[in-house]
Amino acid sequence: MSEGSAEPLLEVRDLSVVFPTDEGPLQAVDNVSFRVEEHEVLGVVGESGSGKTVTQLAILGLLPTRATITGSARFRGRELIGLPDDEMRPIRGNEIAIIFQDALAALNPVHTIGDQIAEAISVHHDTTDREMRERIIELLDLVGIPNPSERADQYPHEYSGGMRQRAMIAMSIANDPALLIADEPTTALDVTLQAQVLEVLERVQDRTNSSIVMITHDLGVVAGIAERVVVMYAGRRVEEAPVDDLFETPSHPYSLGLLASLPRLDQRSHGQRLYRIKGQPPSLVDRPLGCAFHPRCEFATVPDPCATQVPEAREVGPGHFSACHHTDQLVGLTPAQLRERAAT
Amino acid sequence: MSPRGGPAGIVPNDPRGRVVVESSSVGNVSLLPGSGGEVADAIAVHRSQWELFRRRFMRHKAALVSIGVLVFLFVVCFGASVFAPYPPDAQDLLLGPVGPSAAHWFGTDELGRDELSRIMYAGQISLKIGIAVALLSTFVGTVLGAIAGFIGNATDQALMRLTDLFLIVPGIAILAIALKKFGHDDVTIILVLAALFWTYVARVVRGQILSLKEKEFVEAARASGASNTRIIVKHLFPNIVGPVVVNATLAVAAAIITESTLSFLGFGVQPPATSWGNMLSDAEGYVGTDRAYLLYFPGLAILLTVLAVNFLGDGLRDAFDPQSGHS
Repeated sequence: MSEGSAEPLLEVRDLSVVFPTDEGPLQAVDNVSFRVEEHEVLGVVGESGSGKTVTQLAILGLLPTRATITGSARFRGRELIGLPDDEMRPIRGNEIAIIFQDALAALNPVHTIGDQIAEAISVHHDTTDREMRERIIELLDLVGIPNPSERADQYPHEYSGGMRQRAMIAMSIANDPALLIADEPTTALDVTLQAQVLEVLERVQDRTNSSIVMITHDLGVVAGIAERVVVMYAGRRVEEAPVDDLFETPSHPYSLGLLASLPRLDQRSHGQRLYRIKGQPPSLVDRPLGCAFHPRCEFATVPDPCATQVPEAREVGPGHFSACHHTDQLVGLTPAQLRERAAT
Repeated sequence: MSPRGGPAGIVPNDPRGRVVVESSSVGNVSLLPGSGGEVADAIAVHRSQWELFRRRFMRHKAALVSIGVLVFLFVVCFGASVFAPYPPDAQDLLLGPVGPSAAHWFGTDELGRDELSRIMYAGQISLKIGIAVALLSTFVGTVLGAIAGFIGNATDQALMRLTDLFLIVPGIAILAIALKKFGHDDVTIILVLAALFWTYVARVVRGQILSLKEKEFVEAARASGASNTRIIVKHLFPNIVGPVVVNATLAVAAAIITESTLSFLGFGVQPPATSWGNMLSDAEGYVGTDRAYLLYFPGLAILLTVLAVNFLGDGLRDAFDPQSGHS
């Protein structure tokens, strides 16, 4: 903390991940930079394959060894990229923990929930059986599992979907990590359970003062819980903004398109088609030159500069970055206007 | 399975299934006489893994009976010096071979030796070989199979080619040669059989580990800071106990039978030591004659042991699987 409170909890700079494939190198993450401050919730949004999860796994050194990782990820000033496994292990689950998307798959079917939480704790700490038991029950209680002392002795298959996700959360916060990476924790759940799980996450964050990186493809989840948002497309960060700014003044055509394509319950839209971003997400092996989004972009000028130069991130507002050559043209454009533009 | 958010586990008469009833029975025991204050305490009782295991095992009646049978066989065979009605080599040449009678329950052989006593003494060797081979081959096979499956790549290739080698060479031939070279004592037989049998376990374990290590809970364990050793021991092994135990029980049966085959062919334990196998081979000429009982009793002893061990394996497999009996 040499710079006082200015030092972020996690600072990721120019992180790139390349997987070798039979069709050539696959660039899953391309020069991604972002920071996570203490006690904040950062949303990371993007469609499947945009590199959200790979970015987080790279930070924790959980990618297969064939992946080439370059760039930097500093956690409390300590470089994590390239850290040998035995030095990374004390960090995993202890200082940085992951909440997985599919709790049923991420829980071991042959151990009771209590034993799995105990296991997560005992990797890092020596405790007496009694302390352990109390801690387990306290954790299960915190995430809102009724009857924790009995539930602790049940197996994952005896839990319902929403409870499993909560148990998963209890497991990941067992060691009071400073950073929680939640990888689409609500995707596998129905809407009411989503709300409950988000509520649990907020309560956990309140209680433990941890920071959360919330990976999701659901803008509604981001709006509900995040303070800042990073939007990813084809392995790149295309926009980063405080959450309200993103929803009010989206400054990248992709974010704008995403917002425009949200169905609105508060507006009559009978007979009106939903807006959609034309085309398909690009293959990461054969990504379009220049801006990866340009073949689908309403504002692209081809070839120059969109199809030739990768746009740099530019600050368009306080803490609001957009990687688009035509950001200036988007100022003041609302998702609704984009919808109308598309309709005519 | 149980209603979300509901304290399903403490509903004593929930009609929805065994899960709920099962999971609450710890509490129930104390619930009946207890007052309100004791209820909470009763529920707080930690259902240990062992207790859950025991309860699932007790459900398997055939396995319980099998344990009884095996204990009986062990006591009778290894306590033969106490229980056997006659010494194993006491001959009664004047009596010769007679069928089962009050004096000789299982009859006598052509030298007038008491068949029951001989079976009890022979069981010492057969059971010893069966259990030792199963334990040894399961241990070696599990460790090597897990290493091959978890590490993969060159290690996997090397170990699997080694098991291929064992699989393509005819086992009986190897056994015969090895026993000729190293002698016929039971330790040699155990080592040679274990050397042949570990490959089956190794292949099963490797396959299981290969598929298990890609599961998300392994990644989750890694993300929680667990080392490779910890992942293998705490997260992977408990998931393969079922198949490993079943294989081990099959190995007990296979070892006893292979030893019988070897003895039958004359390569097994040599007289005066006797196993069930060479009692069978001694009696081979009596099929269809009135001395066929000399064939039946050692055969029955083998059958009984093999069946009991297999049922026991079944019960253990179910007991190790938390989801057994729940579907």
